[in-house]
Amino acid sequence: MQMLNVTIDGQRLQVKEGTTILEACELTGVEIPTLCYLKHLAPEGSCRMCVVEVKGARDLKVSCATMCDEGMEVVTMNEKIYAWRRFIIEMLLADHHIDCFSCSDTGQCKLYQYALDYGVNEPRFKVEARDWEKDESNKFFDYDPHKCILCRRCVRVCNERQNNHTLSLNGRGIDTVVGMPFNELFIDSNCVSCGNCVSVCPTGALSTKSSKHYRAWEVTKTRTTCSYCAVGCQMDLVVKKGKVVGVEPADGHSNKGLLCVKGKFAYKFIDHPDRLTTPLIRKDGVLEPASWDEALDCVVDNLQRIKAESGPDAIAGFSSSRTTNEDNYAFMKMMRAAIGTNNVDNCARV
Amino acid sequence: MIRTLQDLKEFQERQEERLRQQEATTRAQIFVGMGTCGIAAGAQDVYDAICDELKKRNIEDVVVAQTGCIGFCAQEPLAEVNLPGSQKVLYGHVDPEKAREIVAQHIEGGKAVSQWAVNGGGMLAEELQAEAQIVDYNEVPFFKHQVRIALRNCGVINPESLGEYTVRDGYRSLAKVLTEMTPAEVIEEIKKSGLRGRGGGGFSTGTKWDFAHKQPPGQKYIVCNADEGDPGAFMDRSILEGDPHSVVEGMAIGAYAIGANKGYVYCRAEYPIAVKRLNLAISQAKEQGLLGKNIFGTDFEFDLEVRLGAGAFVCGEETALLASIEGERGEPRLRPPYPAVSGLWGKPTIINNVETFANIAPIINKGSGWFGSIGSDNSKGTKVFALAGEINNIGLAEIPMGTTLREVIYDIGGGVPEGKRFKGAQTGGPSGGCIPAEYLDTPIDYDNLAKLGTIMGSGGLIIMAEDTCMVDLARFFLDFTQEESCGKCPPCRVGTTVMLDMLNRIVEGKGEAGDLEKLEELGKNIKAASLCGLGQTAPNPVLSTMRYFREEYEEHVRDKKCRAGVCTALFQYYIIPEKCKRCGICAKVCPVQCISGDRKTPYVIDQDLCIKCGACMEACPFDSIIKR
Ligand SMILES: Cc1cc2nc3c(=O)[nH]c(=O)nc-3n(C[C@H](O)[C@H](O)[C@H](O)COP(=O)(O)O)c2cc1C
Ligand code: SF4
Ligand code: SF4
Ligand code: SF4
Ligand code: FES
Repeated sequence: MQMLNVTIDGQRLQVKEGTTILEACELTGVEIPTLCYLKHLAPEGSCRMCVVEVKGARDLKVSCATMCDEGMEVVTMNEKIYAWRRFIIEMLLADHHIDCFSCSDTGQCKLYQYALDYGVNEPRFKVEARDWEKDESNKFFDYDPHKCILCRRCVRVCNERQNNHTLSLNGRGIDTVVGMPFNELFIDSNCVSCGNCVSVCPTGALSTKSSKHYRAWEVTKTRTTCSYCAVGCQMDLVVKKGKVVGVEPADGHSNKGLLCVKGKFAYKFIDHPDRLTTPLIRKDGVLEPASWDEALDCVVDNLQRIKAESGPDAIAGFSSSRTTNEDNYAFMKMMRAAIGTNNVDNCARV
Repeated sequence: MIRTLQDLKEFQERQEERLRQQEATTRAQIFVGMGTCGIAAGAQDVYDAICDELKKRNIEDVVVAQTGCIGFCAQEPLAEVNLPGSQKVLYGHVDPEKAREIVAQHIEGGKAVSQWAVNGGGMLAEELQAEAQIVDYNEVPFFKHQVRIALRNCGVINPESLGEYTVRDGYRSLAKVLTEMTPAEVIEEIKKSGLRGRGGGGFSTGTKWDFAHKQPPGQKYIVCNADEGDPGAFMDRSILEGDPHSVVEGMAIGAYAIGANKGYVYCRAEYPIAVKRLNLAISQAKEQGLLGKNIFGTDFEFDLEVRLGAGAFVCGEETALLASIEGERGEPRLRPPYPAVSGLWGKPTIINNVETFANIAPIINKGSGWFGSIGSDNSKGTKVFALAGEINNIGLAEIPMGTTLREVIYDIGGGVPEGKRFKGAQTGGPSGGCIPAEYLDTPIDYDNLAKLGTIMGSGGLIIMAEDTCMVDLARFFLDFTQEESCGKCPPCRVGTTVMLDMLNRIVEGKGEAGDLEKLEELGKNIKAASLCGLGQTAPNPVLSTMRYFREEYEEHVRDKKCRAGVCTALFQYYIIPEKCKRCGICAKVCPVQCISGDRKTPYVIDQDLCIKCGACMEACPFDSIIKR
C-alpha cells in the first residue's frame, strides 16, 4: 500500500492511500466537528460541518469524504472555516425545537456542544415548525422529529448496517423527515427494536425511554462484553447510583458499534426481584437455595447414579448460547468423554 | 436492415424518391406543428378541420402531415402550406375556421391568404396586412437571425419518420465514426469543436468524454439528461418531440467514443409526447439495425432505454439523476468521484444534455472547423433560448453564441409588448440571475454572462418590463428552489427557507432594517456551503437582483412601497376625486362591492375590503383610478 505525505496544521505525517482528511486529523489528535459522519458508515458529506481548508483548492472541503493526496496541506481552523461551521449550526438551530432544559440528550447532544463551541447563543432565524407527531409507540425508545437535524445516521445505520430497511426519508426540502414508509409508527413497522438508530442519533430526536431519568453528568460508563450470546459485542453499561440505567454500544472487534435488542435494552434483569442469585435444589418438591458446592455435588451424584443404573445414553446435555464458544466446547467434551454419550446440543440453532 | 453506409445511402435515396413522388403527385402538402405547444394551442382541431374540409371538397391529392415545433410558439397553432413551385406559406394562429378557409382559398383557389401568413402580412399591423407579399422564411425577422443546428430538423421533418431524418443526412455521422474513426479521434474532433455542455454547467463535452474513455474497459454507460426542470425552458422537449433521432444518433456516437454499450434517456414524465416519439425513434432505429448489435457491420453494439422522472427539479442534477435511475431517492451525491469515473451503479458514466447530443451529428458531419467558426472565443456554436415573459415573439430561438441580448429581444423577439420599457432579462432560470437594461449590448456567451453575475443555464430567457417587481421576481424563483430542495444538506434545506420567509415578509410590507444585509449574508453562505448545484445557485436570483436593483429592495423595506405595483400589500387602488366623473362603472365591476359613491359624490374605495384585483382600474373609462 502506498503511503502519502500530508501536513495537518503544520504537523507532518504519513497516511495510507485511501485515508480521508478526517481520519488523518484523528491521527494527529486534531478534533473536527462532525454530524453526519460515523465510522463504519459510507461517508456522505451531507451535514457540511467538517470542512477544512486544503491549500490550493478553491473551496473548503468536507474532511469526512475527501481523500488525502500526496503533499496535501490541510488547515483545520481559520476565520472562513469558523464562519462556515457557525452558519451550519445557525441553520440547524433555526429548524430545531430548542428544549435543552427538559431534553434527555442534554449534556451529550452534539448540536448543543457545537453551538457552544461556535458561539451561537441566540438563534437569529427561525423556521416555522411543521405539524409532525412524536412517535412514542416503541417499547424502548421515542422519536421526536422536531429535534432531528437530518444527519441521516439513523437511516443509514438501519439500512446499511442493521439491514432492516425500516427507516427512510420522507418528503423533501424543509419537509424532509425521517420516518417509515407511509408514515407508519415504529410499532407497526418491521422495526426489530435493535436500537442502533437511537445509539447513533447525535441529538435528542431518537432517545431511549430510560434516558429521561438521568443526565450525562450523573452517570459513569463501564466497558464490558455482552452476556447474551457468544458474539462478544462490546458495550458500555451506563450506571447511575450503582444501577444500570442504559447500555451503549462500543466499537468492538465483533460488533463495530452495533448491538441487538437484547444487548441494548434487555438489561433490567440485573436488578429484577425474580432474578436467581444462588443455585436452587428441589427438596421434597420445593426449590430451596443452596451453595455452589452443594449444587455441584447434587449434579455429580445424580449423573453418576443415572449412568450406572441406565447407561450413558439415558443422559442428554443441552447448553446455552449465552455461554462462550469455549464453554460450549468444554461441555461437549464432558458429555462425550466423561459421560460417554453423543446426546449433546445447543440452543443456538440459527 | 441498414448494415453498411451503402445501405444507408440507398435507404435515404428511397426516402427521397418517396418524397419526390409525393410532391409530384400531389397538389399540395400541409404540415401542422404538433409539438406540445401546438397541441396545447389547438393543433389537433386544426389538423382535423383541414382533413375534414379536404374531404368535403373531395380533394384527395393533398398530403396532410404533422411536424414538430418550429419554435414560433407565440403563433401556434402553425400550419405550413406547400404548393409545388411556389413559396411555402406558414400560417399562424390557425383555428379550425381559418383552416377551412385556407383549404378553400389556398388549396382550392391557389391563392395564399397573406394576411394570416407569418411570412406574409400575419406579423404586420392590420392596415399593412392585405398588401403584404409572401416572403421566404429567412426574411421573417424571427427566423432571419437564427442559425439552426440543434433545431435543424424541428418543424421541418416529420419526427415520427426515420426516413425523413435520413433525408437530412441522419445517421451519416454514426456511419462515419463507426467505419472511419477511432474513439480517440471522435473525442478529439468534439474537443476541437469547442462544444460545451448545454445543460447548464458549460463543461467541455470532448474533455468529459475523454475522462470516461480513459477509464479501463468494462461496463460503461451514457445518459441523456432530458429532465429539463428549469421552469420556462422547453428546448429539450422541442428537440425530443421534433427530432428524436438526432438525440439517438448523438448518444450512439458518444457511446462509441467512451466505450459504452448501454444508454438511458432520463426524461420527465410530464413530456408524454417526447417520450412517445423517442420510444418510437428507438424502436425504428432498432428495426433498421442502427441500434443493437453489429451496428454498420462493426462490432459496436449499443442499446438505449427511456427512464421516466417524476418531476423533481433536483433530479436534473447529474448525480441525483443517476440515483433516480438506480431506483434510489432522487438526491445528489458528493462529487468526486465524478460520474465519468463512478456513475450509474458505480460504473463510468457520461451524462449530457439533450441539446448537447443534438449538436454531435452535425459536428461530425461538417467538421469541428465549421462548428468552431460559429460563436465567440470560448463559446462555440449556437444556443437555443426559450423566450418568455414580456416579449412579443414567445418561442424558441437558436442563435450563434455572441449575439447580443438586444438582437435577441428586439430583432428576433419583436421587442416588449405594448411599448413597455424593457427592465431586465433573467437567464439561467432559478439558478441564474438578471441582466439589467444597461447591458443590452453584451454579447451572450458563457464568459460574459458569468461576468454579469448570471449563467447561461439551460437557455431560459425571461424578459421583464417596467411593471415587473424585481423583489417579487426573486421571491418567485426562490419559492421554486426552496420547494425543490432535496433536503439533504442544511444550508439549502434550511437556508432557502429562511431567505424565502424573509422575502415573503418584505413583499408583505413587514421588512425590517437589516433584512437586506441578512439576505446577502445568507445567500453568500448558502452558495458556498451547499452540497450540490441546486443550493449553490439557489440564492442567485436574489443576489443578482439585489446587485442591480437594490433601491427597489430598499423601497420595499424602508418605504413599504412597490414601484412596479405588483406586491399587493404595498399599494392601494385610489380614485382621484378630482378626476372621478362619477359614472359608477368601477363600483359595478368590483367583485367585493367595496366602492361607494353616487352622482354627486366622487367614488371611494374602502381599503379594508379591497382585495386588490385591479378590476376597477381597468374598467374606469377616464383613467381616474391609480395605484399608489
Ligand atoms: C439543480 C440542477 C438541475 C439541473 N437540471 C438539469 C436539466 O434539467 N437538464 C440538464 O441537461 N442538465 C441539468 N443540470 C446540469 C446537470 O447536472 C449536468 O451538468 C448536465 O446534464 C451535463 O450535461 P452537459 O455537459 O451536456 O451540459 C442541472 C443541474 C443542477 C444543479
Ligand atoms: S431500532 Fe433497529 S431496526 Fe428499528 S429502526 Fe432503529 S435501527 Fe432500524
Ligand atoms: S433522528 Fe437523530 S440520527 Fe436520525 S437523522 Fe435525526 S438527528 Fe440524525
Ligand atoms: S444543495 Fe439542496 S438540493 Fe443539493 S443536496 Fe443540498 S439540500 Fe439537496
Ligand atoms: S461530517 Fe463531514 S459532512 Fe457531515
